[in-house]
Amino acid sequence: MREYLGVILTAGFGLAVAAGMLAFSIMFGPKKKTPVKLEPFECGMPPAMEPRGMARVNFYLVAVLFVMFDIEIVFLYPWAVSFRELGRTAFYAMGGFLAVLFAGLVYAIKKGALEWD
Amino acid sequence: MGLETLFGHSYLTTRLDEAVNWARKYSFFNYPFVTACCGMEFMSTFASTYDIARFGAEYPRFSPRQADVLFVVGTVNEKLAPVLKRVYDQMCEPKWVVSFGVCASSGGFYDNYATVQGIDKIIPVDIYIPGCPPRPEAVLDALIKLQAKVSKESVLDRKYK
Repeated sequence: MREYLGVILTAGFGLAVAAGMLAFSIMFGPKKKTPVKLEPFECGMPPAMEPRGMARVNFYLVAVLFVMFDIEIVFLYPWAVSFRELGRTAFYAMGGFLAVLFAGLVYAIKKGALEWD
Repeated sequence: MGLETLFGHSYLTTRLDEAVNWARKYSFFNYPFVTACCGMEFMSTFASTYDIARFGAEYPRFSPRQADVLFVVGTVNEKLAPVLKRVYDQMCEPKWVVSFGVCASSGGFYDNYATVQGIDKIIPVDIYIPGCPPRPEAVLDALIKLQAKVSKESVLDRKYK
């Protein structure tokens, strides 16, 4: 536990500074809300139109798939680095893990999740 | 929350003023409203030779929400005037304005119908920097003068109400 003391202290100090700045700004910061100040900033021009809040649902799907397979790689790296020490069991365990994800990939492709149009 | 008005005109308020002004004057975030050739001198103020970071003002913000000091650098014509006004209006308090160079301060040699004869016709100005263009030393001098001005302010000033 002692070896993590530095990390904990640094994180604690960082959080305290951030929270303190926010708290002091909320307590003492002057607030003058005018209609023009609350408008979106368009480099000094009046806003031309409402920003469209819609994004294609494909973005969400691709993002989720990306995160999933990204994490797969994250797991692969430490496994590959300590491949020799871990031995046979880890090899089969990783094989099973990859098989599950591969099945998922095949399913996603079959369902057409990666097709854009 | 407005805790700063809690103590009224008392010793505690002056101590608070000192702390708040100390924090403000050494951490100016600039909004560079650069319209003309003065921008070159303004940029060199940021570079290593003159190093505006020594005064804590090295951080330009391109959103008025995050900026404290509006640097109006260069000629402002009538068509740009509403834009400047809007940028100023959208800055959050506390805010200060520095008029950089003669064009921004008085129209300079553009004494014609198209040019605003000094941005103080549109927005309040705290510091004027003379010169065409001003040297970086003049910019740093203006910054120090602005710091001196800020250190005399009070959290009870009407501009914050």
